[in-house]
Amino acid sequence: MESSESAKKSQGIKPNKFKEHLRKWAPVIVLIGLCTIFAMVNKRFIDPWNMARLLSSAAIPLVLTMGATYIILMGSIDLSVEGILALTGVTASLLVANDFTDNQWGYWAIPVAIAIGGLLGFCNGYLHVKLKTPSFMTTLGIGFACIGIATLFLSGVTVRISDSGFRAIYLKRLLGLPVAVWIAFAAVAFAYFFQQRTRIGRWIYAIGGDEETAEHAGIPIGRTRIFAFTMAGFFCGLGGVLAAAQLGQGHALMGSGRLFLTITAVVLGGTALSGGTGSVLNTVVGVLIVVVVNNGMILLGMPSFVQQGVQGLLIIIAVALALDRSRVAIMK
Amino acid sequence: MSSHLKLRDARKEFPGVVALNDVNFEVRHNEIVGLVGENGAGKSTLLKILSGVYQLDKGEFLLSGDVINLKSTRDAFDHGIGMVFQEQSLLLNMNISENMFLGREDMFVHGGILNKKAMFQATEAELEKVELNLSPKLLCSELTFAQRQLVEIAKALSLEKSHGGSVVVLLDEPTSVLEKSEIDLLFREIRKLRERVSFIFVSHRLDEVLEVSDRIYIMRNGEVVGEMKAADATLSSLHKLMVGRELHHEYYREARQREPGKQVIFEANKIGKNGMFRNVSFSLHEGEILGIAGVIGSGREELARCLAGLEILDDGEILVENQALALSEPRNAVKKGIGYIPRDRKVEGVVNSFSVAENITMASIQKICSWGFIKKAFEEGIAESSIKQLGIKTPGVHTRVGSLSGGNQQKVVLAKWRYAGARIMILDHPTRGIDVGAKEDVYELVRDMAEEGLSIILLADTLEELIGLSNRILVMKDGNTTKEFDASTGSKPEQVDLIPYMV
Repeated sequence: MESSESAKKSQGIKPNKFKEHLRKWAPVIVLIGLCTIFAMVNKRFIDPWNMARLLSSAAIPLVLTMGATYIILMGSIDLSVEGILALTGVTASLLVANDFTDNQWGYWAIPVAIAIGGLLGFCNGYLHVKLKTPSFMTTLGIGFACIGIATLFLSGVTVRISDSGFRAIYLKRLLGLPVAVWIAFAAVAFAYFFQQRTRIGRWIYAIGGDEETAEHAGIPIGRTRIFAFTMAGFFCGLGGVLAAAQLGQGHALMGSGRLFLTITAVVLGGTALSGGTGSVLNTVVGVLIVVVVNNGMILLGMPSFVQQGVQGLLIIIAVALALDRSRVAIMK
Repeated sequence: MSSHLKLRDARKEFPGVVALNDVNFEVRHNEIVGLVGENGAGKSTLLKILSGVYQLDKGEFLLSGDVINLKSTRDAFDHGIGMVFQEQSLLLNMNISENMFLGREDMFVHGGILNKKAMFQATEAELEKVELNLSPKLLCSELTFAQRQLVEIAKALSLEKSHGGSVVVLLDEPTSVLEKSEIDLLFREIRKLRERVSFIFVSHRLDEVLEVSDRIYIMRNGEVVGEMKAADATLSSLHKLMVGRELHHEYYREARQREPGKQVIFEANKIGKNGMFRNVSFSLHEGEILGIAGVIGSGREELARCLAGLEILDDGEILVENQALALSEPRNAVKKGIGYIPRDRKVEGVVNSFSVAENITMASIQKICSWGFIKKAFEEGIAESSIKQLGIKTPGVHTRVGSLSGGNQQKVVLAKWRYAGARIMILDHPTRGIDVGAKEDVYELVRDMAEEGLSIILLADTLEELIGLSNRILVMKDGNTTKEFDASTGSKPEQVDLIPYMV
């Protein structure tokens, strides 16, 4: 097709290098700007205690967004975050010492919950690829099914965790930060390494760039997709464990609000919803922006519904700014 | 020289079209084979067979004497057949080295971890082969079009690494976007590489094919109509074989060509779009067919899209019946009576999931509405009369357009604009990909429209078609208009007259 050829040609002309750089660094600039503003308005923002609190509230979003970034890089979307988090969180709470069952699995609950997350992620990917259903529909279905199962487990009640070793994940501090924060850092390092230094990491970008070209190059599209969704499931499972440890309890709706925050953070970081461009490092910046905005608004004493509204606006603004409009006629 | 790659009685059919009709084709080791033919002659199909995109319906595909059956481009690659596609296949969001070894990273993986440094070094070595001094870390979106082309060639050459001496590289129109110096470089490289690699070279620039090839195949209508040593061939002998017959006047309904009216309907005044075309001026009279000639990259495609309002002009102005027109969005163009028939019907011309009737009334929905409701019976009536008038072959007005043949889909698009009351039609390759019979129908329609007083801007599939249909021809090259030809009945220019102004 010659028309696509000419379109590509026009992309080859880069008149404004500065604009490109600005687009690339915009999330970081926004983050620094926000921090500066909040620090000027309220001194308490920059004290170490608040910084630790900030990172502590970033831990779970960081873990969740690592997987979500892979999915969005492929041009797909994963809406099952809340469901998988709830089901794995509830599973973990039921396996450690609690007031609902007699289980005393201790730390063994962690790998089990993460594995269940991986399995659910695999289901997402497998159904999406084999049945050729759109990812948003498949993951939405799996997510709801997970919440259903979690409700079934608990018959609607909340389970309280009494295992202090398990709760230490969030309560114990290492070098001033909760263990969970260090786990989140490790997750980021792993996700980044995986993205940069493995074939599948490459292929995720290739699929997001142009699936047909990727297929012509002999990339196993289906397997890569399933793998990425499985990875996302593992991360959600880990997120479930951390959430259970943080809340000290498990219930079917413990994931509420996580999905929107996850997607907002990925997009704010500069990973394009159309796939192909972005990085888990971008997402780290995105998560920090969201967390800083929330934290700052709390310090400013804004009510929580205002915070939600601001989050909603943020994602629209981020998408609008990130989109290179010269390349798309109409977005679906 | 021994046979490297061979097609024996190769046949490929698509619904309604025989794309390859018992073709015999051979590339010997260390040979550069030129392949020429008009659009639709079957060159692309042949290349796609060789690169594993399509599979043969009948016949044999031999590589170094063994019968092979390629399932995908990747399969072809693994057999040592590299293709440089006309529509480039680099992923713009990834860097050069990532593209170079896409899908073949395993050679740099140790213990699951990618050795980036080794990959960069290997990329640098491949880039050196095409004398491209670029960092392998550069994003492909930052390369110029020519650089991307060279990267693609380097990618195909990287097959040497795994295949030693038995690599065939298919080059599909590799020069269409290159500058003269880049073309010279490419040819030099090709000749040098011939020591180790065989090439198939496809180009519409016959002089280039003559210059670089050892042997040339000429295709027409899905058949090989000639094969000769480049040393024995001349421009005119190639051309004669390609076109096949003297200009067939009746084919293009030349007898029905009318004299354009006096009134100027459409006027372009020094219009330009950055990086595409500049300073283009012309006027279009009532009932006139204005053909625009030019090769890929001449800017004519972009010009047509701008005129149709699909892209925004950077300079100049457009007057429709002496009124300046803000062509910022298609709706505006539609309102002013400009209809556009795109080359890619599926993308811009018809909505496949809509019925014939819905497609026909799509651009003028207000005409069939009252109080905001669509008058179904009225719509059906309109569709029925259009079907009768244009001879659209469809089971009924409610048939999904996607299930019709290409030619009939094209007629539906024409019907849509006729009903919308368009007075200026921009036809962008209206006969691309439709069979000969349907082509003649389209030619009849074009003449009908001109007779009704519609003014037409035409981008044709072949020069022959362009000359046959047009009243006047505007030739473009590198974004400029280089010449205007009168093409009234009886004084039509020859193709050879146009070509010097195109290349």
